[in-house]
Amino acid sequence: MNGAVNHDHEDQQHAEEESDTPAVKSMVGQQELIVEGAICGSCVTKIENAIRQVPGVMGAEMNLAQRTVSVTGEVDTQALVNAIEKAGYNAKAVGAQSEDDAMEEKEKSERAYYRRLMREMTIALLLGVPLMVYSIIGGEMTITTDSERLVWLIVGLLTLSVMVFSGKHFYVGAWQSFKNHSANMDTLIALGTGTAWLYSMVVVFAPGVVPDMARHVYFEATAMIIGLIDLGLALELKARGRTSEAIKRLIGLQAKTARVIRDDKELDIAIEQVLLNDIVRARPGEKIPVDGEVVEGHTAIDESMLTGEPMPVEKGEGDEVVAGTLNKTGSILFRATRVGKDTALAQIINMVKRAQNSKPPIGRLADIISGYFVPVVMIIAVVSALAWLNFGPDPAVAFAIVSATTVLIIACPCALGLATPMSVMVGVGKAAEAGVLIRNGEALQMASKITAMVLDKTGTITQGAPKVTDIVLVAGESEDAVLQLVASLESGSEHPLALAIVESAEERGLKPEKVSNFNAIAGHGVEADIDGKHLLFGNEKLMREHNIDCRSIVEKAQNLAVEAKTPMYFAVNGQLNAIIAVADPIKEDSVAAIKRLQHNGIRIIMLTGDNRGTAQAVAERVGITEYFAEVLPQDKTEKVVELQMQDEIVGMTGDGINDAPALAMANVGFAIGTGTDVAIESADITLMRGSLHGLADAIAVSKATLRNIKQNLFGAFIYNVAGVPFAAGVLYPFFGLLLSPVIAGAAMAFSSLTVVTNANRLRLFKAQEH
Amino acid sequence: MLLINIAGVALIALIVWWFWLYKAREVALDDDDLVIVVENGTYTPARIRLAANQAAELHFLRKDASPCSEMLLLPELEISESLPMNKSKSIKLPPMAEGEYDFHCQMQMYRGVLKVE
Repeated sequence: MNGAVNHDHEDQQHAEEESDTPAVKSMVGQQELIVEGAICGSCVTKIENAIRQVPGVMGAEMNLAQRTVSVTGEVDTQALVNAIEKAGYNAKAVGAQSEDDAMEEKEKSERAYYRRLMREMTIALLLGVPLMVYSIIGGEMTITTDSERLVWLIVGLLTLSVMVFSGKHFYVGAWQSFKNHSANMDTLIALGTGTAWLYSMVVVFAPGVVPDMARHVYFEATAMIIGLIDLGLALELKARGRTSEAIKRLIGLQAKTARVIRDDKELDIAIEQVLLNDIVRARPGEKIPVDGEVVEGHTAIDESMLTGEPMPVEKGEGDEVVAGTLNKTGSILFRATRVGKDTALAQIINMVKRAQNSKPPIGRLADIISGYFVPVVMIIAVVSALAWLNFGPDPAVAFAIVSATTVLIIACPCALGLATPMSVMVGVGKAAEAGVLIRNGEALQMASKITAMVLDKTGTITQGAPKVTDIVLVAGESEDAVLQLVASLESGSEHPLALAIVESAEERGLKPEKVSNFNAIAGHGVEADIDGKHLLFGNEKLMREHNIDCRSIVEKAQNLAVEAKTPMYFAVNGQLNAIIAVADPIKEDSVAAIKRLQHNGIRIIMLTGDNRGTAQAVAERVGITEYFAEVLPQDKTEKVVELQMQDEIVGMTGDGINDAPALAMANVGFAIGTGTDVAIESADITLMRGSLHGLADAIAVSKATLRNIKQNLFGAFIYNVAGVPFAAGVLYPFFGLLLSPVIAGAAMAFSSLTVVTNANRLRLFKAQEH
Repeated sequence: MLLINIAGVALIALIVWWFWLYKAREVALDDDDLVIVVENGTYTPARIRLAANQAAELHFLRKDASPCSEMLLLPELEISESLPMNKSKSIKLPPMAEGEYDFHCQMQMYRGVLKVE
């Protein structure tokens, strides 16, 4: 239900008192800033002098060890930041609120608001319920005598006080909206309850202006509706809180303090004060406070909270550590490489928040309807009243008032408005918990419709960390000589196969030689000169194009390929010299994950730049029947388009670098992140752990979310489409049925609560057992 | 009865005019002090005029505790921001082409328009 609810001044103060938050952050007194770039005593003087030049500053004192400066005076923080920056340093305010604090403050404010709603609800129902019971047990609700008039006048005034105390926010909100030429939920509630009360007061004060049979009062309806809607709002507030549990958990992963080493001293400082390149210590059992690179020590780190990967990951010198993960065994020192809003965790939180508030296309119709809904309902109420007045039985005036009031009260644009965002909120959060980052609502909806999935082989199905397995000499002198030359050729390349060769050479203690005329031929290999020799290294296609005879070794190469190894050819001065075979092990759970996708009716296609034999061997091992070998990076996009031409909704999964165009072309691009690397801009969905189960999880959670949205939208549409005519009295001529405004109030209050509760069911969603 | 019917039709015409046909005046975003207050189910001001092809910044101050007022969405610009209670929040807007851009809460009960010209 809507809470287009105002806050009167007292309530505001009340909420502020309860949340200990001033309306505007005071700039008076003492404030603290973090300064980056200060390294010595002269920096301190320079910064302090720069600050003292700012009008309003009474004093400035810098703590070099903590890189903080404390400023006294009446001065704008931004002016201080500007002055420090002008002096050549970077600065930011301490206490720039952390996500954690902001969430806590929000919860405090919501608790205060909840208590206020419950208080208002209690007062309204204290009057409404006895009146309601009185009318149900047959109490007289009409006015025939003067004493009855007096009694009902008192009740009317009590109802007015309920309207002021418990429903003031509806009336003020409605009036403000009206002045702005807009209408919202408050408008409907204010009009509905206001009409019922005004009509009843007319009956009390001037019974003569309405026919005898229509001298009925509806004070119980006004009080009950206000009470029930306040109750609905309060319950909805609670239910809404649960929809953001996933983001709360992510925010909760952030450490509050960090232990940094500055000037040979270890200091515990607030997380906001950690600077780039600070050396940070993480002891066993502590959370990693910021992203960094290990410079000393060895440990195992539990990254499951971010990647869903249950096994702790071994970390040593040079390895990356990520904020929010848990240091398990050893004590390490690491250099901060990303702090504040730049950490992977902060980016994940940001991305999830954004996605949670984006809407999939399925919600657009509801959005359009919401925009016109309230005025349309007002028109229906007028038409309904006119219809009763013209054609209704006696007392037509009472029927007209009841039907118009009921129409206004039962209509619930908020159920429509909430149907999509609540489910997206829970669904995207649930996906994040499973290590699946969904960029936006559109990706969420599209992922639920995928019919074909294109998988890149290297790094997706396989581990992407190949190793040299065989060196087959043809004319080469020795394995080491061949490996040294090839490693020299590949030393500048970042291709996983090249890395495998360079690593293998390093393991054998071979040093690379100087290379000239280097040329990388996309999808084929490389060529270069060493010591006047022209070298070629790459696939069979490269050899063919240079007319190098490979016949003598074809059978051996084919045998290697059958073993899922990638044979690469090495030629010196136009003569085949050797074959180096590299194998990239298949990920442990690729077979099960692919089976899971196929079980869901998804067509799986594997693409690889590898030769046909290796591709076939890998495909057979993982149960893929459709595969394309020797595909150049630029051809991957074409394959995606081909599938789209076959009316497939195509998902493309790759590492996000070579595959960027294909990922962008696919209906949904999935990037397999390495650990927690979320800087993959070209993907719609990022899988933080390497497992392909993430794909199946992403599709499953998307389907569940879309199903939930459809249920919500269906419920909200049906509720309004059926409820409004029913309230107007279309069933009366046939069955004599006319809805009571109180029942309408209860239905309205709980319709949006139902939507939020249904969205909350998604929290119970569990991806299929792996 | 005729008078009541005429009054009813006039009321419907008034609803149509007031809520759909009437275009309220926009407030120009020509100084940085303009704060859009989120209170009582409305944004005040709700119609804001800004220059085309220029980056701009909007300042929102949420005074309404209702959870509906918390989220601010500008769908065309793919902006969604959470507004803290009783604290000003700045939203940076990229340069925009001429046209009207809606901003609203999650359920579209709070609504406003940026008129870019």
